[in-house]
Amino acid sequence: MKYPRQFAIALFGAFISAAAITSYADTTLLNVSYDPTREFYQEFNPVFIKHWKEKTNETLTINQSHGGSGKQARAVIDGQDADVVTLALAYDIDALAQRKLIPENWQTRFPQNSAPYTSTIVFLVRKGNPKQIKDWNDLVKPGIGVVTPNPKTSGGARWNYLAAWAYALQQPGGNEAKAKEFVGQLFGNVKVLDTGARGSTTSFVERGIGDVLLAWENEAYLAIKELGPDKFDIVTPSLSILAEPPISIIDKVVDKRGTRKVAQAYLEYLYSPTGQELAAKHYYRPRDEKVAAKYASRFGKVNLITVDKVFGGWGKAQKEHFSDGGVFDQIYEKRK
Amino acid sequence: MTGLATRQRLPPSSRASSRVTDEPPWVRALLIGIALCFFAIFLLIPLIAVFAEALKKGWDTYIASVSTPDSLSAIKLTLFVAAISVPLNLVFGIAAAWSISKFEFCGKRLLISLIDLPFSVSPVISGLIYVLIFGAQSQFGQALREHGFRVLYAAPGIVLATVFVTFPFVARELIPLMQAQGNDEEEAAVMLGANGFMTFFRVTLPNIKWGLMYGLILCNARAMGEFGAVSVVSGHIRGQTNTIPLHVEILYNEYNFAAAFAVASLLALLALLTLCVKSLVEYFRPENARRAAAGEH
Amino acid sequence: MLALPVKKAFSLKKIFSFQHSVLPGFSLAMGYSLTYLSLIVLIPLAAVFLKSAELSFPEFWNTVTHPRILASLRLSFGASLLAAAINAVFGLNFAWVLVRYRFPGKKILDALIDLPFAMPTAVTGITLATLYARNGWFGRLLAPLGIEVSYTPLGVLVASVFIGLPFVVRTLQPVLEDMEIELEEAAACLGADRWQTFRKVIFPLLTPALLTGFALAFARAVGEYGSIVFIAGNMPMVSEIAPLMILTKLEQYDYAGATAIAVVMLVFSFVILLLINTLQARSWNKETRT
Repeated sequence: MKYPRQFAIALFGAFISAAAITSYADTTLLNVSYDPTREFYQEFNPVFIKHWKEKTNETLTINQSHGGSGKQARAVIDGQDADVVTLALAYDIDALAQRKLIPENWQTRFPQNSAPYTSTIVFLVRKGNPKQIKDWNDLVKPGIGVVTPNPKTSGGARWNYLAAWAYALQQPGGNEAKAKEFVGQLFGNVKVLDTGARGSTTSFVERGIGDVLLAWENEAYLAIKELGPDKFDIVTPSLSILAEPPISIIDKVVDKRGTRKVAQAYLEYLYSPTGQELAAKHYYRPRDEKVAAKYASRFGKVNLITVDKVFGGWGKAQKEHFSDGGVFDQIYEKRK
Repeated sequence: MTGLATRQRLPPSSRASSRVTDEPPWVRALLIGIALCFFAIFLLIPLIAVFAEALKKGWDTYIASVSTPDSLSAIKLTLFVAAISVPLNLVFGIAAAWSISKFEFCGKRLLISLIDLPFSVSPVISGLIYVLIFGAQSQFGQALREHGFRVLYAAPGIVLATVFVTFPFVARELIPLMQAQGNDEEEAAVMLGANGFMTFFRVTLPNIKWGLMYGLILCNARAMGEFGAVSVVSGHIRGQTNTIPLHVEILYNEYNFAAAFAVASLLALLALLTLCVKSLVEYFRPENARRAAAGEH
Repeated sequence: MLALPVKKAFSLKKIFSFQHSVLPGFSLAMGYSLTYLSLIVLIPLAAVFLKSAELSFPEFWNTVTHPRILASLRLSFGASLLAAAINAVFGLNFAWVLVRYRFPGKKILDALIDLPFAMPTAVTGITLATLYARNGWFGRLLAPLGIEVSYTPLGVLVASVFIGLPFVVRTLQPVLEDMEIELEEAAACLGADRWQTFRKVIFPLLTPALLTGFALAFARAVGEYGSIVFIAGNMPMVSEIAPLMILTKLEQYDYAGATAIAVVMLVFSFVILLLINTLQARSWNKETRT
């Protein structure tokens, strides 16, 4: 009976103290981000707050919002007062530029395409790799169960799809038609299309669906760390895509709220050695060469291609592949 | 409620003794068996699963996860939202039920169907409608923002979305009940010179109070548990605009399964609490009826 | 008197060809109800129609008759109707057992029926997916039989049944409790057996409530997102529900397309609700007349 009573007290205390919790701070910053960055920013924000306090003696509160990349971008379009956005795809930030919240040239305002850290797509397989999955062409074999989120609803899944497409293109004799067939076969092996990256991870890990999960590199490492180092292995394919999750200041908001300076400093701090170290710690590939060299052993060697080179940028890739009636839809509608 | 009249007329003992209105024992057993199976599969086991997951890591984790600052602020926001939206729908429910059940007019069917409509509106849409109206893309939303009113991604938006999804509950509970009770008592009161409010508070309210309470309970449960619509208008700012269901999603997405189910179980506990209240209500009901009967005769 | 001083030219009573009653308060109650209904439900929903009107008619038509959208609408409406039917049968059984019989555990059973209301939809979805996945408590038993529930259209049905159950039970319960046992006794005296009594006497009395319950269970399931999306598997053309299609439109910043699907869903649900409510009113009138 000891615990239930404690519990009752805790609950009662909860209701009382809940009324008292309100945070007062001189400056607040809202960072609207996508799902897989929670752990990283949870650690990065306090470090920056401390840095900012030391530098300017200003007390700062940073609020975080996470969700699907597209959903978050829509919230900002519809009036969520985000000072900065840190999203999964340039396409989603382009949507903000189209609605005049930020200038068209946003991607040139910070170094490295405005992407302070990068990632790539890898395979998460069951321990010991029982199905011997080594590279993309193993995924289309009959009897292999593939788990990936739905490219129509998940930003991460679009990287998965494009990586597979790029692989097929780069094979000897590869062309558009062959790539389409390859990706078609790949999605023929997909049993569940969850709406988001975390949902897919749960389907693969907790529900035991499929033999291989296509995931962000950092998500795969996090899943192993959180859910069982003894249950899964990471396989890095021969070729993958350079995923550049971009960042931007929302000009319209920072000018109204007068937070441009701190927002700028916040995003710049991501490029600092401290920020880069933290990114590497959370399995994002750092841009800083020194930090990258330090953590080189963490990341598998892989030939990385970019969306700009192979697909001519996100706008084009999105239109061709993921818009309604695009290649992804054709793959499924043809089959019916 | 309506069952009250029956019980006065017909004590349970007489019902049990009337053989002609009983089913053969095998039919009883079969019906009870089917009901129990259905109950176990669809209600009991899912509930057990929630608590099993919640307590997987023991009581300490359970308590720790429901008392983090983020959980507390989610609980606080949820209580706040329910405290506003439930009374709003209560007043509407009574007004709508009064006009629909006590009067005859054209378009009644249409009106009832319109009241049902929020049930069938997808949560995705019930969030979206407020984004369309109050969002930065609409002129109205823009004007409000310029005057410093924040609706979306703040408490007012969450309240609006909650009011919308819980809109029909009280009205829907009261309409059939008040229809079944008819107008005789109210008409008598009016003939005797009572004014409208007196009639309502002295005659109607005592008759419908249990139904009303039941509607309130359902409305409140749904208000606290709503996820989809609130998720669209909340903005998901940790510790500020997260309600309990949204906080559950966050915890779940952080692979913090035990904590997610622990916080979720608070809402399941709410259902159990609701049920205690209801049992109490039902316990007192026949008592009241008997007392009332004794007073009358 | 309570009635507001209503101008003759604009009288609610006239608009609704109101039949005279001695009871006061029609104009006040009706006026308030309509205002609130308009503010909370009608005007916001009108925004959906307005937004979808940004599309020309051919664009609108092409959007909603796209094979994938049609497949998802078929699934959403089909599964919801089927789930409501299943709930009507088992809900009747449930309510009957709860009102007429005494057995151990009855109180708990009665209480837990509201559970699907109170559980946040996401929790319901996650829990059901956990239970019915191949390694879950139910999935493990069903897998050897070749039955897959999680990540198939069957999963959509299971989740729809779960969320709709309380509506049928809770609308039938008060009616059953209120039913006069004398009618059944009379039927028995006239030589009807128990099954005949049920079919000819009890069932017709229950029909209005059963239809209401059916309507509510259907309405709740057709728009549901959170509890279904986790268990559906979301395969295009197979297990995608209509609300998910709305989301995929939004994901492409296609607000007008999203509202077009919403409009179709709204109109369909409203017509079905109106039909059921009219049916219900008919059987109510028939019952009170006889």
